[in-house]
Amino acid sequence: MIRDITIGQYYPGKSILHKLDPRTKLIGTLIFIVSVFLFHSVPGYLVATAFLAAMIYLSKVPVRFIFKGLRAIFFILLFTAVFNILLTPGKVLWQWKFLRVTEEGLILAARMAVRLVYLVIGSSIMTLTTSPNQLTNAMERLLRPLNKIHIPVHEIAMMMSIALRFIPILLEETDKIMKAQIARGADFEKGNIFQKAKNMVPLLVPLFISAFRRANDLAMAMEARCYHGGENRTQMKPLHYHRKDLIAFLVLLVYFVIALLSRIFGI
Amino acid sequence: MSLELKQVSYSYSVGTSYEVQALKNISLTINEGEFIGVIGHTGSGKSTLIQHLNALIRPTEGTILYKGEDIWTENYDRRSLRHEVGLVFQYPEHQLFESDVLSDVCFGPINQGLTREEAEKQAKKALAQTGVAEEVFSQSPFSLSGGQKKRVAIAGVLAMNPKILILDEPTAGLDPKGRDDILDQIALLHKERGITIILVSHSMEDIAKYVGRLIVMNHGSVVYDDTPREVFRHYKELEGMGLSAPQITYIMHTLHEKGLPVDTSVTTVEEAKESILKALALRKKTDRGDGL
Amino acid sequence: MGIIKTLQLCYDYLRYDDEGNDPVPSRAVDQVDLDIEAGSFIAILGHNGSGKSTLAKHINALLMPTEGTIWIDGKDTKEEPELWKIRKKAGMVFQNPDNQIIGTVVEEDVGFGPENMGVSTENIWRRVEESLKKTGMTAYRKHSPNRLSGGQKQRVAIAGVLAMHPKCIVLDEPTAMLDPVGRREVLDAVTELNQKEGITVILITHYMEEVIRADHVYVMDKGHIVMEGTPREIFSQVDQLKNYRLDVPQVTILAHELKKAGLEIPDGILTAEELAGELCPSN
Repeated sequence: MIRDITIGQYYPGKSILHKLDPRTKLIGTLIFIVSVFLFHSVPGYLVATAFLAAMIYLSKVPVRFIFKGLRAIFFILLFTAVFNILLTPGKVLWQWKFLRVTEEGLILAARMAVRLVYLVIGSSIMTLTTSPNQLTNAMERLLRPLNKIHIPVHEIAMMMSIALRFIPILLEETDKIMKAQIARGADFEKGNIFQKAKNMVPLLVPLFISAFRRANDLAMAMEARCYHGGENRTQMKPLHYHRKDLIAFLVLLVYFVIALLSRIFGI
Repeated sequence: MSLELKQVSYSYSVGTSYEVQALKNISLTINEGEFIGVIGHTGSGKSTLIQHLNALIRPTEGTILYKGEDIWTENYDRRSLRHEVGLVFQYPEHQLFESDVLSDVCFGPINQGLTREEAEKQAKKALAQTGVAEEVFSQSPFSLSGGQKKRVAIAGVLAMNPKILILDEPTAGLDPKGRDDILDQIALLHKERGITIILVSHSMEDIAKYVGRLIVMNHGSVVYDDTPREVFRHYKELEGMGLSAPQITYIMHTLHEKGLPVDTSVTTVEEAKESILKALALRKKTDRGDGL
Repeated sequence: MGIIKTLQLCYDYLRYDDEGNDPVPSRAVDQVDLDIEAGSFIAILGHNGSGKSTLAKHINALLMPTEGTIWIDGKDTKEEPELWKIRKKAGMVFQNPDNQIIGTVVEEDVGFGPENMGVSTENIWRRVEESLKKTGMTAYRKHSPNRLSGGQKQRVAIAGVLAMHPKCIVLDEPTAMLDPVGRREVLDAVTELNQKEGITVILITHYMEEVIRADHVYVMDKGHIVMEGTPREIFSQVDQLKNYRLDVPQVTILAHELKKAGLEIPDGILTAEELAGELCPSN
């Protein structure tokens, strides 16, 4: 059943966001993240909120999936909020012994919380509407100029997509080896941290050996299928910008200009 | 001494949209000294079933009793249960991890609380019983051939002195000779040490040759639980489940259709030969009778 | 010259010991002469460690002979600087279905070979389409390989090779890890390719039932080819096969046993029908 876990959190669909070129979405997400830090005022945040709401609407992904990502950062959110509220100096609004809440603290906490939440939601929308494969593909294309400074972009992208395929297989294998060793009396819960680490040996050694065996097999299988690096390689699903990407870039441009202006004029 | 399943059901991922019922209301008793075969196509629930037998999986419904005691009560010592019910997974050679063969086989006995010395004694005995030569003991398990690795891995479970030994396709990936050797060794353990054996296999020919009782799984239920001879009478139904009967069954049915009065329920080459010779002798007699 | 020809092919691999001594060469394939005709269905039998997989890897130029020569479609593998040009003529399917699928979606995996060969996007799609159709996997094209059964995964692997438009396919124990249903699926797919597409098939296996479909069988032991002939010729030598750690189909054994018991039955019975024909002469 472990094989059912999808890496990332892609939500298959046919919305306009799903159909956009992954590069557009990647760049769009970056622009949105930058904008969240550019905005400084309530009207600014309202613009960002409107933009985000529009994207959520366009993605056609159920809202609960989008907010699921927030659960993971709940504690980080709580911590930064509490620290910001209690430790920012400024105009004191409330005090109890050494604890005090300042106006500046409240504002800062609110701002940080909004930024964090928007950041997570923004990137969730991207990962929910883009399959991991498309994402690696987009990164490969966008980072291609780095080839000139001898960074093996194609190889890195290939490794990422292979990792995506093998993570579920290795997870399942871990489960199997663990059960097999438990059947031989192994105990993975007993003892302090050092004993625990030592108890992991019967799990980790077979797992590594298996990973190496798979890597070896895979390398051979790839060679047998004529793989010889990124040179002269064609693509089955090459990335193409379409009209909708052009429109998306225009929207992003307008949005970014608004964010810049808001910062410059301090609105 | 028996292991008993009472109305056991098991579902994966309960409460999610992925929920799958892997076992449905299974009741069966495994008696001391039996040699049981389990067959079923991939996904029929046979792997889930055997993992219930040594408490690696907890049933979502029903109870499992070992020697009359419920193994899922709070105070039950499930670790000791796993010492008595040994489980050899598919491709057990993938679980080897020590630097030499003997240490690897000692892993189980040491986990049982034996001293290194006692463990080695057990390990050597187990290795001998799975047919591993002594000069191999100090070698790295990873330098051995596939068949050897498998023997070492089986010895690793056997060294814990289980009363019941469950093997999930122990011959996968072996060549015919390697397969026969391992199965003969397992049959010997059953005969000489009186260990109860539960063998999961895809090979109907192997099942027919070795087991005394055959359990057929399909869609999480036990469909047949009888002697191989009785089970293979239903070869048409078995085919509907993605299974088959031993080749011999088909041969005998063909001969029978063509008018040779052979016993179609035989399942091994030996039995088939006897039955054919008998049928031929009978025919000769009646032929002569006709002539008179 | 056939599509695959070897002359005195030998291969040594180096064995390293724990003490760090100089590696000792160990011969895995020894003086093998093969001549395989285009369009035929060849089976290579042998126990584990007999050298059959090592031999197979030469056909795909994954290994180079230590001595002797191998020609693929008339081309000496040693004289081709760009090995992938040989590999696209002779595709290979391996034993473990999980470890040879590269794509995270079935159709993308099938397209992997053509991508590497530099086929144009449009043609890749055409090849993927037709390969999936020939292996009966079109319905699964958008699936993740992880959700498929073993037999289906192997069919994807075969489709991946087919998309390279090879002249010959080498299958290295493709069914060893499958259940009987999967085994049948794969064999049927392979047989169909051989018969309908005329692709040369070289099947390496130790399942005797799979060999019956072959035109010609080679048996390997200790790196040598020790027997060759039609399946019938091979299976008439029951005792010799046992010496090579191999097996024969149950019907062949049964016929052999009956013959030993004094019945007049020819050697090399391969099917129940043949046995019935011998035992029950129609009136």
